[in-house]
Amino acid sequence: MSENKAPIAHPRTDAESVGGAERTQLQMITRRFLRHRPAMISLVLLAVITLVAFLGPYVWTWDHLVHREIPPSVPPHADHPFGTTTAGHDVLGQLMRGTQQTLKVAFTVSVLGTVIGSLWGATAGYYGGRVDALMMRVVDVFMIVPLLVMVAAIAGSVRGGTTWYAVALIIAMFSWAQIARVVRGVVLSLREQEFVEAARAAGASPGWIIVRHLLPNAAGPIIVAATLLVAVAILLEAGMSFLNFGIQLPDISLGQMIGEARTAASTRPWLFYPPGVLLVIICLTINFIGDGLRDALDPRQTMGRR
Amino acid sequence: MLVYTVRRVLGAIPVLLLASVLTFVLIDVSGDPLSDLRMQQPPPDPSVIELQEERLYLDRSMPERYWLWMTGIGGNGDIGLLQGEFGPSTQSATYDIGENIADRLGVTLRLVTAAMVFALGLAVLSGVISAMRQYSKLDYTLTFVGFLALAMPTFWFAGIMQQAGVGFNELVGAQIFATIGDGTYQAQGLDAWGRFTNALAYMTLPTIVLMLTSFAAWSRYQRTSMLEVLNSDYVRLARAKGLPNRVVIRRHALRTALIPLTTVVAVGMAGIIDGTVLTERVFQWRGLGEFFIAAVEANDSFALMAWLMLSGTAVIVANLIADLLYGVLDPRIRFE
Amino acid sequence: MSTTDHTSDEKDERAVTVAHDDVVLEVRDLSVTFPSEDGPLHAVRDVSYVVRRGEALGIVGESGSGKSVTSMAIMGLLPPNAKVSGSASVLGEEIVGLTDAQISKVRGNRIAMIFQDPLTSLNPVYTVGYQIAEAVLAHRKVTKQAAMDRALELLEIVGIPSPQQRLKQYPHELSGGMRQRVVIAIAMANEPDVIIADEPTTALDVTVQAQVLEALDRARQETGAALVLITHDLGVVAGQVERVGVMYGGRMVEMGPVEEVFYRPRMPYALGLLGSLPRMDEDRSDRLTPIMGTPPALLAMPKGCAFSPRCPMAKEICHQEEPLLLATDEHGGRVPVPVGDTTAHTAACHFSDELGESAPDDLFRTSGPQETEGDEPPAAAPKERGGGEAIVSVTNLVKNFPIHSKGLLRRRIGEVQAVSGISLDLRERETLALVGESGCGKSTTARLILQLIKQSSGEVHYMGKPLHTLSARQMRPLRRDLQLVFQDPFASLDPRMTVADIIAEPMRIHGQRGTDARKRVKDLLSLVGLNAEHSSRYPHEFSGGQRQRIGVARALALNPKVLILDEPVSALDVSIQAGVINLLEDLQEELGLSYLFVSHDLSVVRHIADRVAVMYLGKIVETGTTEQMFRSPAHPYTQALISAIPFPDPVKERTRERIIVTGDVPSPSDPPSGCRFRTRCPKFAGQLSEAERVRCVEEPPELMDRGTGHPDACHYSQVVELI
Repeated sequence: MSENKAPIAHPRTDAESVGGAERTQLQMITRRFLRHRPAMISLVLLAVITLVAFLGPYVWTWDHLVHREIPPSVPPHADHPFGTTTAGHDVLGQLMRGTQQTLKVAFTVSVLGTVIGSLWGATAGYYGGRVDALMMRVVDVFMIVPLLVMVAAIAGSVRGGTTWYAVALIIAMFSWAQIARVVRGVVLSLREQEFVEAARAAGASPGWIIVRHLLPNAAGPIIVAATLLVAVAILLEAGMSFLNFGIQLPDISLGQMIGEARTAASTRPWLFYPPGVLLVIICLTINFIGDGLRDALDPRQTMGRR
Repeated sequence: MLVYTVRRVLGAIPVLLLASVLTFVLIDVSGDPLSDLRMQQPPPDPSVIELQEERLYLDRSMPERYWLWMTGIGGNGDIGLLQGEFGPSTQSATYDIGENIADRLGVTLRLVTAAMVFALGLAVLSGVISAMRQYSKLDYTLTFVGFLALAMPTFWFAGIMQQAGVGFNELVGAQIFATIGDGTYQAQGLDAWGRFTNALAYMTLPTIVLMLTSFAAWSRYQRTSMLEVLNSDYVRLARAKGLPNRVVIRRHALRTALIPLTTVVAVGMAGIIDGTVLTERVFQWRGLGEFFIAAVEANDSFALMAWLMLSGTAVIVANLIADLLYGVLDPRIRFE
Repeated sequence: MSTTDHTSDEKDERAVTVAHDDVVLEVRDLSVTFPSEDGPLHAVRDVSYVVRRGEALGIVGESGSGKSVTSMAIMGLLPPNAKVSGSASVLGEEIVGLTDAQISKVRGNRIAMIFQDPLTSLNPVYTVGYQIAEAVLAHRKVTKQAAMDRALELLEIVGIPSPQQRLKQYPHELSGGMRQRVVIAIAMANEPDVIIADEPTTALDVTVQAQVLEALDRARQETGAALVLITHDLGVVAGQVERVGVMYGGRMVEMGPVEEVFYRPRMPYALGLLGSLPRMDEDRSDRLTPIMGTPPALLAMPKGCAFSPRCPMAKEICHQEEPLLLATDEHGGRVPVPVGDTTAHTAACHFSDELGESAPDDLFRTSGPQETEGDEPPAAAPKERGGGEAIVSVTNLVKNFPIHSKGLLRRRIGEVQAVSGISLDLRERETLALVGESGCGKSTTARLILQLIKQSSGEVHYMGKPLHTLSARQMRPLRRDLQLVFQDPFASLDPRMTVADIIAEPMRIHGQRGTDARKRVKDLLSLVGLNAEHSSRYPHEFSGGQRQRIGVARALALNPKVLILDEPVSALDVSIQAGVINLLEDLQEELGLSYLFVSHDLSVVRHIADRVAVMYLGKIVETGTTEQMFRSPAHPYTQALISAIPFPDPVKERTRERIIVTGDVPSPSDPPSGCRFRTRCPKFAGQLSEAERVRCVEEPPELMDRGTGHPDACHYSQVVELI
């Protein structure tokens, strides 16, 4: 069924094809991503949420702390659009701060986890053999310990409050394994590609091959995995904070807000639902963006056909 | 097949051992089991602290402690994993970690099993339907539900389900769903049918909560795997033979598309254990999840280690089963 | 096994059945459209043909011509997003647009299909017997046991040895050739009226191809089914069918009796295809005649005749109006014929009457505009090359690969000797071809010479320097002189680099940069016949042939002395292949290169090589000049290889003498004792006495001249003339 696949656009004759066909790889990826509607909507939505979370506190009257002027347990109204807590927090202020902390943790985890995971996976994949076997056993270890339980156990053992970067560090320490697996797989298959052999036949050193060929070609899957890691980190942080082993009061995160409001879901729903909805929206947008990126970067569309 | 099995079992041991070292070291350095005692006001007598340090083996170096914890050689008889002892607890001198775990294992296992079975069944079903009706409204709906489920924090969803259960009970005016507790206490003295209905009332909501994430992940996977198989040459040949669509799907597509799912389910076991802790917390079950939270709060290193080793072993066993199942399902592996 | 008389007998039989006027398959105005990102893609347009009872119809075309999609549409096997219009009927019953239940009764019963890749067309989790019995049970109300008995019978018919045991085996335990026979058995299970075979032998080695074609033949005799044979291989078509249709750009562009189409083509495309083929049966110093340009993209179909942009005869009307498929009467007028007329010779060309008896050369070389794919100087100098000093010499080269178990421990459980003691010399300015079927170790040998993998033992010398003792660092400067061109033009270019970067990469690695390198890239591009303006584009914007030219340009960047070409034209369509072969010949002439040409395609080898070495299971079994090897092959394996290559000439192909080998290549991890070829050797099986055979079993034959004028490795070698 080779005919079934979309034919690549051949430049038919030299004069005609200039213009239309002259698109760079990046432009093609961008174009495919822009066409992925859920991903585009998600990107806009996430951008708005991020902007409000980081810039909103400069505009809004209340921060995330207790203030004596705030009446306790008030349902949403003009002064406090998301209501107030029993202790006297403004929920909007809390939401903005919570989202901020959540995003900070998640992106830090994603960056750290991706760097560690990529290096680990690329090394294992490139060298192969015993090095690979040993390094992947270590990854197996990280894959078998339940993530949330592990990070909660460690963060919970640390007394005297946990800051957002400590939480991020602990999550990153345990969540790079999946990235390592992905990268190793990609590098293993790239290593056997003929263009890598061509470079070796031309006398290229391992460093040259890794920098010029392996990394640029592995970039797609790495970017996708990194995006999805953001969502994983958000849920992990929320779970930790919910169990009260994550970011500690007086600082706040979305998971922690849900944890605090857990028993009040029916009596004071304005405390329970908004942080949850916000978490779902953030995770959903990130997953959709990841999906769009995957489609746009799909190696089957760029690595040729068989 | 036997050689294959033995090889798999032998391969799992170093992973488990490495996991034990890693978790032991991390738990050990991340917190001091006696920090609460030390910070007490007024400060306790140094001899009290010393006594506790000796009881908890904190007077030894970390490698020594690991060796002791693993083998029990040189201990007081209350430690040594290989001898079936999990070590002393910070919670009290009489708190037996092993006994407590055994107590709670049943409740948690029941929940995990139910969630896995339902998640798997529904995931296969929805994955197959999605793949067969690719790009239909139904496919898009199921895909969106999947994405939503993957974005949903377990504990928040648990809270919503709890509220929904309460609301439903009020609506019908009867206690259909139990929203608090695991129901063990209420089941005492009931006959078999009574125990079953009691369990049903208590388990329905937590099971739905726990299976949600796994269901979403597995149904996405099953869809992809099914689509791949549906586009394969051998499915086309099966059609070309003149087999009707439903036979092709059941006998040729589904059978082979299920094989890779075994591995994914096994890896997903770790995620289910995470979910158990959160679900049990919300529904206030007295299971292993609660045991874990109590252990973290009490800085109970040995209890945590026991818990982590148990869950690690569970995941490894699940992976082993998946590997063996793979061998049974796929003749290419079987004859290796 | 099969002899000349045998095949001609069959022909007569078929000719008789064709005379009956009963149509088993009729396709009328069949069109297939796929939706795509860039608009609808018309894969098949208005294809019509009939197949009569017992007849064999061939459909030829290059990739993208729509030949496979047509048959998938007939079978109703296209994905649901494909739009199919028109009609296809089996025994008068319409089968396009049936419900699943209805079409299931027809598929596998009245009309059956064989697919290209035998490795993927059987379900890996069921036994072979189950999968054949399943086909029987789908249409007949018989017991499972009866179905199994039938499966056994079918396996015997298609010539599978020890069928009783095979029934219980899984597909992965069978070789590719065996699996394809199982697929044939499935196709014939219910004695269908038509069998559609879609490139049934493309994925197989030539010696296995001959066996499978024979099994297909037997299946047809047994069931009396008509055959629609879809292939790109003009040789296979010439030998197997009575009528042939040529497809191009989704349309049928020529159709008629096979002799008519091959000897008197009426469409320039068919003529061009025949001219671009390197042929075993003609003078090898003739230069190939490529068709310029590339096949049309289905999304950007040219106005008028789809072939017009590549056609040397094209006039104004060709670019305006798409010609209909019409016959040419004796006055040169173009007249329609009924679809059912199977003797008519029709063509879709406005000027089919003007084509007459022209040869490909006349048309495609003299009158054509400049080739866009490669502008080549006309008429190469006569082939008087070679005879110089050995530039690369290889002595007793051995490569063992360890076999590891796939378990967690990855224990070493044995060794595969991929290359076992090879010696050869590549002389200056000559082309040495290394020929063999898949798994014979030819590609491994190529990589050993380049030191991309390390030999287990043996020596490699380049201009007297021992390469086998060098470290990776010491080897680096020498890599300038020894370069490699790959088989797959899609995988060998980094998709994330521009063409300029790809070609400049070897120069950068060796510290050459700046304007010199940029100028050199432009020079190289025009040297391989590409537009130098395109250096900032990415590989995916080029066609297969153009990419292969980029690969050649990269290999030439460092001014090498030796090029190792690993199946450089195997992945290319016929019309493109010729251009690349011509380019390689010109470059050798111009730059004084030495080629080691690794290939399985003997027709190409015969055309391009000065000397040939034939490999079998890691050893060279015969070597000599191209003349010697093809005129007087002495080793039974060489003879079998040569006779397995089909000639694109219907009469010659059906009347030639054949030496056919049985079975598959044994596993290299456990090669036969003594002579490695003996398990498949027709001489060993048929001509040798018991006493003579002992020597074959016990004593590995040396590679030496046994009085035939060139070395061979057969104790009982004997020249047989095959061409």
